[in-house]
Amino acid sequence: MSLLVSDLSFSYGSKTALDGVSFSVGRGQFAALLGPNGAGKSTLFSLLTRLFVTQGGAISIAGHDLKAAPLAAMADLGVVFQQTTLDLDLTVRQNLRYFAALHGISGRDADNRIDTALDRLGMAERAGEKARGLNGGHRRRTEIARALLHDPKVLLLDEPTVGLDAPTRAGLTRHIHDLCTETGVTVLWATHLTDEVLDTDQVILLHRGKVLADGQCGNLRNKRPLPDYFAQMTGAPA
Amino acid sequence: MKHALIAMRAIVLREALRFVHQRERFVAALVRPLVWLLVFAAGFRAALGLSITPPYQTYITYETYIVPGLCGMILLFNGMQSSLSLVYDREMGSMRLLLTAPLSRAWLLFSKLLGSTIISILQVYAFLLVAWLFDITLPGWGYLAALPALLLAGLMLGALGLALSSFIKQLENFAGVMNFVIFPMFFLSSALYPLWKMAESSELLHDICAANPFTHAVELIRFALYVEVNGMALVWTTLATAVFMALAVWGYDPARGMMTRKG
Repeated sequence: MSLLVSDLSFSYGSKTALDGVSFSVGRGQFAALLGPNGAGKSTLFSLLTRLFVTQGGAISIAGHDLKAAPLAAMADLGVVFQQTTLDLDLTVRQNLRYFAALHGISGRDADNRIDTALDRLGMAERAGEKARGLNGGHRRRTEIARALLHDPKVLLLDEPTVGLDAPTRAGLTRHIHDLCTETGVTVLWATHLTDEVLDTDQVILLHRGKVLADGQCGNLRNKRPLPDYFAQMTGAPA
Repeated sequence: MKHALIAMRAIVLREALRFVHQRERFVAALVRPLVWLLVFAAGFRAALGLSITPPYQTYITYETYIVPGLCGMILLFNGMQSSLSLVYDREMGSMRLLLTAPLSRAWLLFSKLLGSTIISILQVYAFLLVAWLFDITLPGWGYLAALPALLLAGLMLGALGLALSSFIKQLENFAGVMNFVIFPMFFLSSALYPLWKMAESSELLHDICAANPFTHAVELIRFALYVEVNGMALVWTTLATAVFMALAVWGYDPARGMMTRKG
């Protein structure tokens, strides 16, 4: 399993955010972490990216336990945060070079990887542009390209389509699905938008800190539209 | 090890590139001490009599006296500013990104600190250059000898800012930090008046100033500018740097969960 979360619990003081969360995602699988606002998605991402340390349970990324071998685990992890984390005054290439260096990649190797990653996301001709001049969709693509520079085995995306228009959202979602198939990277995509999920995707439904359902989307929704299934399970409109 | 150095270079370079793009910040950082030097000092000169105390060997003008304090002021404001900018959500995002790098947190934080300190030092030299143009000069070697002192003082103040940033929840608290950290640190120090002058008005004030790490940072810079080492200031500044740095690493340690408060 590329991503293994077992019996994860976390609370802010007396408020429980995650309660015994367990799931696993296989290699090359696109897993949608679906849940209404406040379900615990952000907390889970903070734990996965080591911003917080787990209070109970364990996380394993590409076979590395996050607690026992944090650096090896982080080396195999790519992250796209919900909020933009680009330096707006720097160019796309400068942003990517900075990140590559954080992973110990420099010089020609870095430039080659940057070219490949940007090319894959259709951003090659924008390498010299300042991030400030990019629209929301292109900023996101830049961040995705950046998250792929070090060939991570697991890619986390925290509501990456927030604030984007419908065609851009659809394009990005397709891109990431293709990426799973082509490169075998494992994706965990947090969202509350059901139209981003395909029937072949794994769905992990998180609600009030617990996993309500975990399975292939097509099987889970069982011919109902996914929004209906989602609403029925969580009591929240999708 | 190579990985760590590549990352450090990139972090320092990023600070430098960001700085190049923020010329207003540079101007603001330069104007503040210059106002003190050229306006306030002119007024205070008449009010304050200065005796000869080390490292000075002759009577000096008030302008000359406050130059090291104003160097410290640049480091203090910059240290606080660059670290507190982390409190902005936007910057917090880049901090989160930085902390996902497969390197130890202490190293990443130290690299960040080094980057912002180097930028601060460039501003200090720009200030010294302007002061020189206004005929406030220092011994030639002093400009070079001050470099390690400025580096240490800058690291100390940056580490303090970094530690504070890990404990502060929101940007609104920046005003609190200004009132309760920056101003007291600056005014309750030897930056504007020598400690013996403080003692004349209040022993308590003098004691507070003597314990203030910023006083020692300023004295370290003052002596270094005259190519001398103030041993006590060196020890104090080094200790304070270690303590603040440890606090910063502690504050950003996920196990401590200080960050959880920010949710």
